[in-house]
Amino acid sequence: MSHHDHHDHDHTEPPSDIELRVKALESLLVEKRLVDPEALDALIDLYEDKIGPSNGKHVVAHAWADEEFKRWLLDDPNAAIASMGYVGSQGEQVRVVENTDDVHNLVVCTLCSCYPWPLLGLPPVWYKSAPYRAQAVADPRGVMRQFGSEMPEEKEVRVWDSTSEMRYLVLPQRPAGTEGWSVEQLMELVTRNSMVGVEEARLPAAVGTA
Amino acid sequence: MNGVHDLGGMQGFGPVKPEPESEEPVFHAEWESRVYGITRLMGRLGLWNLDKSRYNREQLPPADYLSYTYYESWFAGLLKQLVNSGLISEEELQTGRASSPVPEGIMERVVNAEQVRAVPIMTTSYVRPTPAEPRFSPGDRVRALNRHPRGHTREPRYVRGHIGTVREHYGSQVYPDLSAEGVDEGHHLYSVGFDASELWGESADANSVVYVDLWEDYLEPAP
Repeated sequence: MSHHDHHDHDHTEPPSDIELRVKALESLLVEKRLVDPEALDALIDLYEDKIGPSNGKHVVAHAWADEEFKRWLLDDPNAAIASMGYVGSQGEQVRVVENTDDVHNLVVCTLCSCYPWPLLGLPPVWYKSAPYRAQAVADPRGVMRQFGSEMPEEKEVRVWDSTSEMRYLVLPQRPAGTEGWSVEQLMELVTRNSMVGVEEARLPAAVGTA
Repeated sequence: MNGVHDLGGMQGFGPVKPEPESEEPVFHAEWESRVYGITRLMGRLGLWNLDKSRYNREQLPPADYLSYTYYESWFAGLLKQLVNSGLISEEELQTGRASSPVPEGIMERVVNAEQVRAVPIMTTSYVRPTPAEPRFSPGDRVRALNRHPRGHTREPRYVRGHIGTVREHYGSQVYPDLSAEGVDEGHHLYSVGFDASELWGESADANSVVYVDLWEDYLEPAP
């Protein structure tokens, strides 16, 4: 989809100031040949349509379905992820942190918005927002409650603050009752939010394929 | 710098208010996607780096930083970067018409669509070998230094002065404090775990640990 195809705004409204300023800058940079319009459209297309949470869902479901791959993913995440082709900017160095019966993991970037783009796409607004960045390190259970997840005190909660160029992906726990499911079926249970760690994977009943 | 971008542990911002995952668009307006794309393409010209971009956004006036939407602050940072690097002039920004030459050696680096679509997608290496031996190993107890540099740093305020344990040595990587000043140097980087009670005292969430990636320059041995 190119930028000309968007028709979700009301054409009777005058464009906002920022819209005009961005357009003016784009025209100037194109005129100076610093921006190749085709490259710009291609880049936006990539992140709007191709690089998104389904990449991460694929990795997680593969790890759930294949114990050997899971061990590889935890021991040498960069090689394991590269074998599936999900390598790109902001995903050069990844660590995968596994949720278990005893441990739950949650990822934040308190200083800006660091996020594993090739696996999850661009971050949602809430991940970049001041409330999330402020609370996640000090009150992770309180944050999870806002996403409807309750984390018992017996479980250790590990918060990963992405202050360097390392990027973190949470490997959620595989829900019970999914024995024999295919990778495609398992992917349905993985949510973007569960790979950031603000919630757990969906239960089989939630997708109605059990 | 001790800026408002350093948000960890601050209070009073209200609830998180997530949009439902299935309904949230990648961009909320077309101009956001253009700002994102232009910023990425301009970054590939090699006139500045990621740390410099972050530092530019951190230096926005605090009230602006907090009231701008995410891509509004990217746009503000981009304009500053473009003018400072000489890619565009103030006059061009005012008139919207090209009137100054592009610095030498830049045109060869302009990214084309083929390069955008190449796999892996526009990656960067942050690994920088250093002859220095790592000072710490996994299991070592370390204290995050109580330092308040005026420039860019990735040592968040909430860990300063606190004791943690090294979990993993990530090798030698670009040191952001110098990188933001244009000096590309590798320093040892570690994953350090801090007990929540060490960071937040009586207010700490029970049974939780915060892992922060910290460069060796931010750390000293702890008893």
